[in-house]
Amino acid sequence: MSMPSKPSPSFPLPAGEGQGEGKQSIIASGKPIREITFAQAINEALAEEMRRDPKVFIIGEDVAEAGTPFKVLSGLVQEFGKERVIDSPISEAGISGITVGAAMTGMRPVVDIMFGDFITLTMDQMVNQAAKMHYMSGGKLKVPMVMRTTLGATRRSAAQHSQSLHAWFSHIPGLKVVLPATPYDAKGLLKTAIRDDNPVVLFEDKLMYQLKGPVPEEEYTIPFGVADIKRQGKDITLVATSSMVQVSLSAAEILAAVGISAEVIDVRTTVPLDKKTLIESAKKTTRAIVVDEGYERYGVTAEIASVIADGAFYYLDAPVKRMGAMDVPVPFSPVLEDQTVPTPESVAGMAKVLCNKS
Amino acid sequence: MKIRLFEEQVNQLYMSAKMPGLAHLYIGQEAVAVGVCETLRQDDYITSTHRGHGHCLAKGASLDRMFAELLGKAPGYCRGKGGSMHIADQETGNLGANAIVGGSAGIATGAAMSAKMRGSDQVAVCFFGEGALGQGLLYECMNMASLWKLPVIYVCENNLYNEYTHYSETTAGEIRERAKAFEIPCEAIDGQDIVLVHAASQYFVERARKREGPSFLICNTYRFYGHHVGDVDRAYYRSKKEEEEWKNRRDPLKLLAQRLTKEKTADDASLKQIEDEIQRQIEAAVQFALNAPYPKPSEVEQDVYA
Repeated sequence: MSMPSKPSPSFPLPAGEGQGEGKQSIIASGKPIREITFAQAINEALAEEMRRDPKVFIIGEDVAEAGTPFKVLSGLVQEFGKERVIDSPISEAGISGITVGAAMTGMRPVVDIMFGDFITLTMDQMVNQAAKMHYMSGGKLKVPMVMRTTLGATRRSAAQHSQSLHAWFSHIPGLKVVLPATPYDAKGLLKTAIRDDNPVVLFEDKLMYQLKGPVPEEEYTIPFGVADIKRQGKDITLVATSSMVQVSLSAAEILAAVGISAEVIDVRTTVPLDKKTLIESAKKTTRAIVVDEGYERYGVTAEIASVIADGAFYYLDAPVKRMGAMDVPVPFSPVLEDQTVPTPESVAGMAKVLCNKS
Repeated sequence: MKIRLFEEQVNQLYMSAKMPGLAHLYIGQEAVAVGVCETLRQDDYITSTHRGHGHCLAKGASLDRMFAELLGKAPGYCRGKGGSMHIADQETGNLGANAIVGGSAGIATGAAMSAKMRGSDQVAVCFFGEGALGQGLLYECMNMASLWKLPVIYVCENNLYNEYTHYSETTAGEIRERAKAFEIPCEAIDGQDIVLVHAASQYFVERARKREGPSFLICNTYRFYGHHVGDVDRAYYRSKKEEEEWKNRRDPLKLLAQRLTKEKTADDASLKQIEDEIQRQIEAAVQFALNAPYPKPSEVEQDVYA
């Protein structure tokens, strides 16, 4: 996977500024920006927030000495101790529920759900408890918790360890849903999530953990509900989430070679959703494809495509297209699995059709 | 007494169609909520159930704001957004009634964990009915509470019926064995005897405050009325005779009155005086609620997010 050479901005770039113009503070510092992995970015965000706020703690399966199977949390138990980096039983519902209760009574817990597929076990606690507590209590109770979990296929892990189920939580009022696609975004968005007074679910692409990217040493956060234009273009808009941002950036490279200028927008948070940036881009380019690794049927792509179709209807030269995961359980065999998710080639192929250049 | 009269009033509000929706009456089980909550401080936590009015009142909720919430009015505890099954009151440590059976086991256990992590000596009480014994979440939480010695007391009110089904049809083995499996101390007591409930709760609460870990209290009790206010034809799941026996011989209010009279702490006149006073409070609270304004329609989108 390739990465932009500079950190992505935390706000949509004003017209005329090219891709890769970083944040002001980074430019002002004048230092070369170090590169760290996505996993390190998550780790740093947690460590910094735990140093800043003693109320923050981590609970989950194999989070302490093991640092999770993905080694994302390595070293945290050494710094913060087993009181704040808590290895739990394999009880996803139980740890989610305990997290809700702790959050309601003065703590700011971060619960680790190892595979996104296991969120099914947390549903009552997240959907009926965490999401509704503030509203049901007339605005009195708050649930400032973060659930970190994963998404993404093509790790040859088959149907119960490969799904991208972020649409489920995006459906529920009261939850916020965060989908970082670069190390820079991962760190800034996770820090914002921990400081948010609502239940926030953050999905991390398992295949992205080793991806490197520039992350400044300086403190920063990234606001929710602000999409990021990862690449400027004028012929077609590729709206992407999480794992599909890199796929769409690669597709844009393929398209550039045949003279199609693709704009790639990373929504970064599905809830809240930055509708304005998506609609403005589609108005400008007149064509849009929404790319997401969740199942296509009733999925995130449907919601976003509808937002664009409504908001940019009179400007569009083609129907808004959706590309999600195939509506099949994720199969094991590579020959089968690789067909199920969008690829740079398939996204570029669809874009060429929309631009009449196939 | 306050709970009994409150609930009778709720039933009347339902019958006279002044209350939207349904309510699940606590009548018959009052000694459990009062006996336990009397051993708690205001800053201790409770979580409650769909049958939660008793717990809320016993923990200190006020009658007028309770009635207002039941009627969906703006001064209600949840500004009319929660209703009967979701009354929460942060000021009295009530983390909310919960309409998912067993759904609050995580919240109570998490509150206990939070108290421990913050270095506070607060405790949390998780009220649930025997119906919640069928939910896996409860055992996940009991396991962690025992492992980490969390200051939580699981209070199982066995009123014999999972909604419309006798618990013996749904519950294998002895309930106390389930606590034992996690090495959680357990007592099974007569939940109609408030003195017993109070003593057992006091013991477990002190134990929790001393960081000696969780406990499990089984209170054997009875729901005098139906699963909810509309459940009036109950012959298909329990007999009139059984109901009458409990009402006549096992009514926690009558049992307490008998005890107080016998001990000469109170007499019929003083008890009548208390009842009249509470009845006056109830009437004033209902009037308050009936006269209170509804929330503004524009509030529908408020407080989805903090």
